[in-house]
Amino acid sequence: MSVVVIGAGQAGCQAAVSLREQGYRGPVTIVGDENVPPYQRPPLTKAYLAGDVDLDGVLVRPESFYAAHGIDLVLGDPAAAIAREDREVVLRSGLALRYSHLVLATGARPRTLPGALTLRTVADAEVLRERLHRPARALVIGAGFVGLEFAAVARTKGHEVTVVEALPRALARSVSPIVADHVVARHQERGVRVLLGAELSAPERGNADLVVAGIGVVPNVALAEDAGLTVDDGVVVDAHLRTDDPFIYAIGDCASFSSAFAGARIRLESVQNAMDQAACVAAGIMGSAEPYTAVPWFWSDQYDMKLQIAGITRGHDRTEVDGDPSSGRFAVYCYRGDRLLGVECVNKPAAFVQTRRRLAERQEFSVA
Amino acid sequence: MPKITYTQPDGVQSVVDVNEGDSVMRGAVLNGVPGIVAQCGGGASCGTCHVYVDENNTKPLPEMHPVEDELLHCTSSPRQDNSRLSCQLPVSAELDGLVVHVPETQI
Repeated sequence: MSVVVIGAGQAGCQAAVSLREQGYRGPVTIVGDENVPPYQRPPLTKAYLAGDVDLDGVLVRPESFYAAHGIDLVLGDPAAAIAREDREVVLRSGLALRYSHLVLATGARPRTLPGALTLRTVADAEVLRERLHRPARALVIGAGFVGLEFAAVARTKGHEVTVVEALPRALARSVSPIVADHVVARHQERGVRVLLGAELSAPERGNADLVVAGIGVVPNVALAEDAGLTVDDGVVVDAHLRTDDPFIYAIGDCASFSSAFAGARIRLESVQNAMDQAACVAAGIMGSAEPYTAVPWFWSDQYDMKLQIAGITRGHDRTEVDGDPSSGRFAVYCYRGDRLLGVECVNKPAAFVQTRRRLAERQEFSVA
Repeated sequence: MPKITYTQPDGVQSVVDVNEGDSVMRGAVLNGVPGIVAQCGGGASCGTCHVYVDENNTKPLPEMHPVEDELLHCTSSPRQDNSRLSCQLPVSAELDGLVVHVPETQI
């Protein structure tokens, strides 16, 4: 047996680590495009951007870990093709790797705009971090998590920051209006201009000397598509995260799976999803397959706000607020009918942890 | 480098060199010490890097932030007086020789 993992992000790295943790002794190879060992992305918009940690501080494992655990890291040599009939991955350099199981953890890439920088990789973060050493008039396009986290760091460092969002509210994909409004108000209090439902005007753009686009990502599915696997937004997988080829799995940002929490097929771009899907696939390869049912959760740190979300709250028709938003500590429970979809917490970690556990117990009950 | 000792529930100990400035949590994760999950990567967001500080500890530990205190109320293994989140314990020369006990469960 030999496992090849395409993608050296959090999901790909964890797949290899989980295989070792679960007692797999065969060869494991992780193939990555970038020239750096697997690293965590969340700090790139937070501590790394702020200059509080360096690359060593964001690596998922120290560089020496991989050799010590018999994990081959092939970096800077992207996978070019999958030859399914030969069970072989061919890299750009021509190197061919045989697999008994292949894990696609190819991630996603940011949507781009001409003249705007993006923030996805450590190289992106490095450019922006350097740029924030000089006074800047920063224009952020898109009021999603990446844009707002960047705005928070830039503003904290004293830069002029404007956020422009085409939709009428911030974080529209992710949280309820109550939480979104609260977050926007905290940005405004600190002097960030937030323009919602706004077209990006030429003068606005002309005024800025640093333009950052945070307008979402596109999953990397070309390899899967070229190999004839089903793709629908992401790489389509079943309850065990297998593609239509039983020897190929897909996990993390690139995988489209059916989620009981969303009541639909979705992709999730989160550390939780990357880690839990990796562990699930490792178990499947080891012969103890369980369907993927982990509770989705997500967090964001902006200024002194710790925002934590458990479950998928999109599609709720009713909310219950626990605590006073003006105190800066509250939780919004989101329901559809009587069913609790999830909770969105601002500086209320206990509500987050308790709800996550409650959702997990309900999930276990409904699967059993 | 300061040495930190992690004791598993079955008594097995790992003695690990941890960089000054790294947290007790990160020392465990980087060195493959089992039982410290740290799902959130160190943001005091998840409560899955819970440890019990050795009862004979005399080393100076930082004050507990209210967020840590709140999270410790809902850890998977029961909270005790010596419970801490290991991501909130930065390692310094003063902590050389610290012993922490890994709880039975984190999730």
